[in-house]
Amino acid sequence: MNQIAEQFPVVFDALNVGFLQTLKLFFVTLLGALPLGLIIAFGSMTRIWPIRIITRMFVGIIRGTPLMIQLLIFYYFPGLVLKQNIWGSGEAGRFFAASIAFIINYACYFSEIYRGGIQGIPVGQEEAGLVLGMKPRQIFFKVKLMQMIKRIVPPISNEVITLVKDTSLSRIIALQELIWAGQAFMKGSRGISGAIWPLFFTGVYYLVWNGLVSFGLGRLEKKLDYFR
Amino acid sequence: MAFLQVENIQKSFGRTEVLKNISFTMEKGEVLSMIGSSGSGKTTLLRCLNFLEKPGSGRIILNNEVLFDGADKMSRRSSEIRKKRLHFGLVFQNFNLFPQYTALKNVMLARELLAKEQPDYKQNKAAIHRQIREEAMHLLDQMGLADKMNHYPHQLSGGQCQRVAIARALNLQPDILCFDEPTSALDPELTGEVLKVIRELADKNTTMIIVTHEMAFARDVASKVIFMDDGLICEMGTPQEVFGNPSQERTRQFLGNYANSL
Repeated sequence: MNQIAEQFPVVFDALNVGFLQTLKLFFVTLLGALPLGLIIAFGSMTRIWPIRIITRMFVGIIRGTPLMIQLLIFYYFPGLVLKQNIWGSGEAGRFFAASIAFIINYACYFSEIYRGGIQGIPVGQEEAGLVLGMKPRQIFFKVKLMQMIKRIVPPISNEVITLVKDTSLSRIIALQELIWAGQAFMKGSRGISGAIWPLFFTGVYYLVWNGLVSFGLGRLEKKLDYFR
Repeated sequence: MAFLQVENIQKSFGRTEVLKNISFTMEKGEVLSMIGSSGSGKTTLLRCLNFLEKPGSGRIILNNEVLFDGADKMSRRSSEIRKKRLHFGLVFQNFNLFPQYTALKNVMLARELLAKEQPDYKQNKAAIHRQIREEAMHLLDQMGLADKMNHYPHQLSGGQCQRVAIARALNLQPDILCFDEPTSALDPELTGEVLKVIRELADKNTTMIIVTHEMAFARDVASKVIFMDDGLICEMGTPQEVFGNPSQERTRQFLGNYANSL
């Protein structure tokens, strides 16, 4: 116990650095995947059938394979197979590759949620808009969007909470995020080696962060309660 | 020429012919009741007039302007249709109010969006919005909803929702206001308040087409009645003619079901 107290300041410092990278990945993924998901959702609903088929197949493949494999393929495929390092070197390169993999993966999950949200809106809403002389764009943004958002907040919340934990998968390409930072003390880092408790302690970070995220999303859900 | 001329409208869904060669006319200020059993094509006809369905063939002429001509490809285009739609208003059976907006905003929204297309919108923005707001408030007041303007649809009763929907349709000042079974989704005790509002509109010579199963109302409010059966106009005439002395056996049979309420 004494030893842990002694090591704590050093470990805390290192874990915070790792957590910062985790947070960065978390926000970049949301920022990219939330809008990209909407575009993919439209692709999977379009009347132009070749686009629809291709989009749905793509979504099927991404959702049907582990994110860990996607991370490995995204990171290593360009360099090893195409002999072209498109990601850049070092930690920045790993972050870039991980971001793209996470954004594409989560966008596919989000797209299915969006699709359900849009298709769940009664046809009457669109017809009311049409009869009132609205343009298709106006019907989407002024009539449907808010109703869609209300419908998708609970399922999106689930995905966001999963994302908090999924960021740890980027450890597989040695991104220096929270898990990596905790694990480093087993092999030896900053004068501490053979310590496993820092790795266990990372769980507290995920727990606290998830608590905050759940709280925020719960508030958002409450806010949208003003209409039914 | 009559104000509205509907000529030889035909509409099929797949192999089912829902409307078979429908023709009728109506004048400005007239109220037309459309009656008939479910599946006779009344609603489809109303939806054709509002361009929610495209007729397979036929013509719709309003005030000497050809709004739809099945033989003319140009008139079938969606971009053309959007503006022509505004000649007609439609009140739906289940209101279809926008749940995320207050009663007032429901009434104002379409006008606000259309106002953006006015050339002087940028200069007179504030004045335009003030006018739209005042007109919407006036309409809701007419509907007896002055104290409900800031309520959301889920806070209103069905009858109140339907009156908001009527105000919303009226706010675009359509040439002809159509009602698609406006009281069918309401509790019996709420139908009265909606029918009363429609009756007041009729008194002000609002041109209306009303699809309804409220026979007594159809008889009393209309100047012309159409009885539809199996995609055809089976009988057409004044309320006295259709209700009092129907010429077709099918009409007599149908009205017999309502003998108690007539």
